[in-house]
Order: sequence, then structure tokens, then C-alpha cells
Amino acid sequence: MSAILKVDDLRVSFATEDGVVQAVSGVSFELQAGEVLAIVGESGSGKSVTAQTITGLTRAPNARITGSVTYRGRELNGLDDDQLRDVRGEQIAMIFQDPMTSLNPVYRVGDQIAEMIRAHRDVSKREAADRAVELLRSVGIPNPERRVRHYPHEFSGGMRQRVMIAMALALEPDVLIADEPTTALDVTVQAQILRLIDQLNRDRDLAVILITHDLGVVAEVADRVVVMYAGQIVENATLDETFYDPQHPYTWGLLGSLMRLDQSRTARLAQIPGQPPSLLAPPAGCRFAPRCAYALDKCHEPPALEARAGGNHLDRCWLDPQEKKSLRAQVIP
Amino acid sequence: MARFIARRLLGMVAVLFAISVIVFLIFNVIPNSDPAARIAGKNADPALIARVSADLGLDKPLPVQYLTMMKQIFTGQLMSYAKDRNVIQQIWDGVPATFSLCIGAAVIWMALAVLFGYMSAVHAGKFTDRALTILSLAGISMPVFWLAAILLYFLTFKVQLFPTGSYVPLTVGWAYHLILPWFTLAVLFVGFYSRMLRSNMLDAMNEDYVRTARAKGLSERQVRIRHVLRNSMIPIVTLFGLDFGQVVGGGAILTETVYNLNGVGLYAGEAIRSLDLPPLIGVTLFGAFFIVLFNTIVDVAYAVLDPRIRLGEAAPA
Repeated sequence: MSAILKVDDLRVSFATEDGVVQAVSGVSFELQAGEVLAIVGESGSGKSVTAQTITGLTRAPNARITGSVTYRGRELNGLDDDQLRDVRGEQIAMIFQDPMTSLNPVYRVGDQIAEMIRAHRDVSKREAADRAVELLRSVGIPNPERRVRHYPHEFSGGMRQRVMIAMALALEPDVLIADEPTTALDVTVQAQILRLIDQLNRDRDLAVILITHDLGVVAEVADRVVVMYAGQIVENATLDETFYDPQHPYTWGLLGSLMRLDQSRTARLAQIPGQPPSLLAPPAGCRFAPRCAYALDKCHEPPALEARAGGNHLDRCWLDPQEKKSLRAQVIP
Repeated sequence: MARFIARRLLGMVAVLFAISVIVFLIFNVIPNSDPAARIAGKNADPALIARVSADLGLDKPLPVQYLTMMKQIFTGQLMSYAKDRNVIQQIWDGVPATFSLCIGAAVIWMALAVLFGYMSAVHAGKFTDRALTILSLAGISMPVFWLAAILLYFLTFKVQLFPTGSYVPLTVGWAYHLILPWFTLAVLFVGFYSRMLRSNMLDAMNEDYVRTARAKGLSERQVRIRHVLRNSMIPIVTLFGLDFGQVVGGGAILTETVYNLNGVGLYAGEAIRSLDLPPLIGVTLFGAFFIVLFNTIVDVAYAVLDPRIRLGEAAPA
């Protein structure tokens, strides 16, 4: 496996009337070919901004973006819209949180898919339309010959997300960035969409960046998990390591707040006390320290994202790995 | 669709009926509006007034008068009280000038509004946007009669670039004679529509589907025209239908008057000045007809532009 997408020290800040909001402060990770990488974090942790910045979709005039995003060795940060055209859709496709609003309401879905194909390939309208039918069929939309002629409002939420996925697959990209693809959907539909993403990952060797705040989603499809907090990555590990040997107290908190089948029904769900810090003036040291039950004096200094537990398991916590084991047993049964 | 149109036609008849009754009644309660007294002249003796009244049929009860008038309208025999002229013929004679003025102005105002609105939105906050904002606010703020007078004074009297008003039938001089009136009538709408399009486009640029369009790898131009502009035009087209109906149906009175174009508006203005009921009714119904007609067209166009609207479920007229 080799990394096809590398994000290195990505920083995104927004100048606002109240000051500079550091939405993403120094995020680095690699996406291997054919891997499902989940980026997990609560609202405002910078995960969506990170994802959108990869393909240059963070367009606010007050945004300042530094760092590097390379796709197969080609630097993407700093390219303009025209230069990014052959990356967007062609190599890196995206689907978004709300399938209700992500499709243009005034065009037939088939036309929206064909539009994307024709923007990149020199094919006739007829061919593009036929391809749209095939794509809808491949994502499990029944009766695709008829459905291409329908408008987005004639589809249910889950079906619209399938349309979005079909569109994303149109040009057979290497990377799919899915920004909370199941958040707006019913639980049963969520499972279907995840299964679809999982299947695409396996059948087509499609690398996926899955942005979510739902660890249940992560457990189902991810190979690797990046946990974000207050604009930084606090832990980066394989799925198993994340669930069975989590190193950062914030990850413990997330895992501890999951509902478990083996838990007694009367037990209260654990929660992380406090609020995420303001990104106008984040804590100088460890950003999680103010909410952390195990904070030390040393936590006034910012910890680096390092492999403290060995291997490729990165975390951003000063605690001793051995000590962590006993501490976290109290949070995660 | 057929049911929708049938229902709208029925609604149209009802609206026109109501308008004719209202105009008729208003005319009859306006003080000093008795046509007989006006025709008989100053210091006429009551006997003369009574004779004129009888001649015009004004001594009959109001409903009878109303029905007579409606019958005359539909048979094309409605005569003016003040002048011995056929009202329908007069309106018909005014139609070419009015339509030339309105259609030309509409083309200008839509073309410029889309161009200015688009440029404003694309360059939002920059110099182009600010310049266009000032321009359109100036356009909205200038009264038609003032603008027309200024243009006439400078461009036809001082510089003699354009001819002074009056309508020339569809020949060589047609457009040349209409340029100033077109521009005058269009200015207000250009200002208003371009502002509206600008704000619609700025709203649309933040829509999720625009982000999707970018993520698809469309060129910025495609994103702006196919996704941003296309969706922003829906309310504009609606407004255009209503405004165009209104302009044809009487909104051009001032322009026609200042430029002395022999259109329906000029005729309406004369009828108002001389408190002449038959032309007033005729012109009002003419205007109302177009307003209602374009309302209906807008509803149909709306369903075409926005597939989420279904005509079958549209509210009754």
C-alpha cells in the first residue's frame, strides 16, 4: 500500500469580526490506496473543513489556508478552480451530508450525472445519459431507466444519497470523500449507505475518507481512524487500536459515551464534561486539558502527535502509555 | 394542465367582471362626474342636462346602464361621452405603440438586469459591484417623468441626437424613435431587477448544490450560469411576468405621455383628465386583461422553471 493522498500540516483559519478562528491547526495524515479512513470528531472539530479544503472547496474570502495537500505527489493547495477541475470529480469525488440540498432541485438527476461526465470526458449526450442509467443501477436504485428522468424531490433521502454516490463514481475516481454521508438519514438507510460505501471500497479499490461523528459508523467500515478535537488530530490509529487500545482521553470519552449492548439498561451513558474550547483562542497547551480528568502539569505544553504506543499508532497525550491502561479501564468497561 | 388553464380562464373572467363593476361604481360616486352636466357646458339649464342625460342613457337605473355598457364593449360599439369616438377603435389604434414600447423596454430591462446582476454578484464587494449598485439605485430613484424630460432636453433639444417622441409605425424610424422611451421605461426595472438578481445569486452561491457542482469539477463559468444563475432566475421570471403585464396594462402611461406616443397609456391619460367613463372602463379592462393574462403565464412558466411546483396542485386563480 502506498499513500495516494497526503495532508501535511494543514492549517485553515477564518478572519472574523471577533478575531481569527483557527478551524484547522496543523492536520497531517495519509490516505493509503484502497483504504477507508474515518475522521471522527464532534461538531466544530474541523473535520469537514479539512475534507473540503482537500479539494479546494473552502472558498470563503476570509479563509487563510497553509500547509500542503498532495494527491499522488501533486500539490493541490494553492491551485485555482480551473487547475483543480481535473482533480475534482475525476480523481477525488465528494459526497455531502445533506442529500436533500446537495442536488440541484431544477435538473433531472440523470442530467446532473451526465453533466459531470461531459465536464470531463468528450462523450455525446446520449452516451453520458446511458452511463447515468448504468451508474444508478450500480448503486442499487431500482428502475434506473425511469429514475434518471426524475427530479431530486421525487427521491427519498437514502435514494438521493445513492444518486450522489452514483455521481461521485461517474468518473471512477481513486478517492471518495464522504462528508457525514449518513448523518441526515434514518438508521436503517444509514446501514444501507454504509454497506454500499464498504462494497465500493472493496470492489473498486476505492479509497474513502469518511467524515463522521458517529463511532458506530466508523466501526462498520473504517480501516483507520483519525480522531479530531478543536482543529487538531488527537489520535490516529487502526480501527482495532482505536477501539481496543485507545491512547487519548478524548477518544476514551467518545468510546465511553457509546451505547453498548452488554451494558445494563439502567446505567447512565458517560459524557465528557465541559464544552470544546473556542477556536478564537484555543488553550495554549493540550487543547483537551481543560476537560480532561487526568490533566498533568505538563499538559500546559502542547503535546506533539507521536507514536507513543508504538508502531503507527499516533496520539497527542502526555500520559504514560502504561498508566493509560489502568486509567481508561475506568471509562471504558 | 388543461384543467389548470380552464380554471385560470374562469378566474380571469371573474376578475375582469369584478374590475368592470368596481370602476363603474367608483365613477358613479365621484362628485362632479355627471357626464351630462359636463357635456351640456357651464351654466346649462337643467332641461338641457336632462336631455343630454336621456341621450346618453344616464337616466336609466345603474344596473341597466352597466349592462348596456358591457353590451357595447362586446359588440365594439362603445362610444366616448366626451368625444364622439369609438373607444374600442381608439384602444386598438393605441396597441401598436404601447406594445412596441413595452416589449422593447422589457427586452432591454431583462438583458441589462441579468448582465448587471450577474456581474454584481460575481464581483460582489469589488469596484464593479459598487459602481453597479450606485447605478441601479440611481435608476430606481429617478422618476420616469423627470428622466424623460431630462433625456428629451439634452438628447433631442440640446444635442439633437434623437427625434422628439411620437410613434412611428414599424418602418425604418421605428426603433430610432423608440430608443429614448424604451430606455426611460426600462431604467427603473433594470435597477430593481439587477439588485434582486444579485442578492438571489449571492444566496444561491452558498447552496449545497453549488458546492456539489464545484466538487463535480465543472468550470466556474458552468457553475455560475447553470447552477447559480439558473436557480436565481426563478423569482425574477415570476416578477417579470407580473411587471410586464402591469406595464402593458397601464404602467407606461407616464412614458407615453411625456414622449407623446399614441398608445393606450396616452389614451388612458386623456380619459382620466376628461373624466370620461367609457374609455376609462375600456382601458381599465384592457389593462386588467393583460395583468391577469401574464399572471397565468407566470404560473405556467413557474412550473416549467421549478419542477417542484405542480400545476395540478396550484392555488385557484
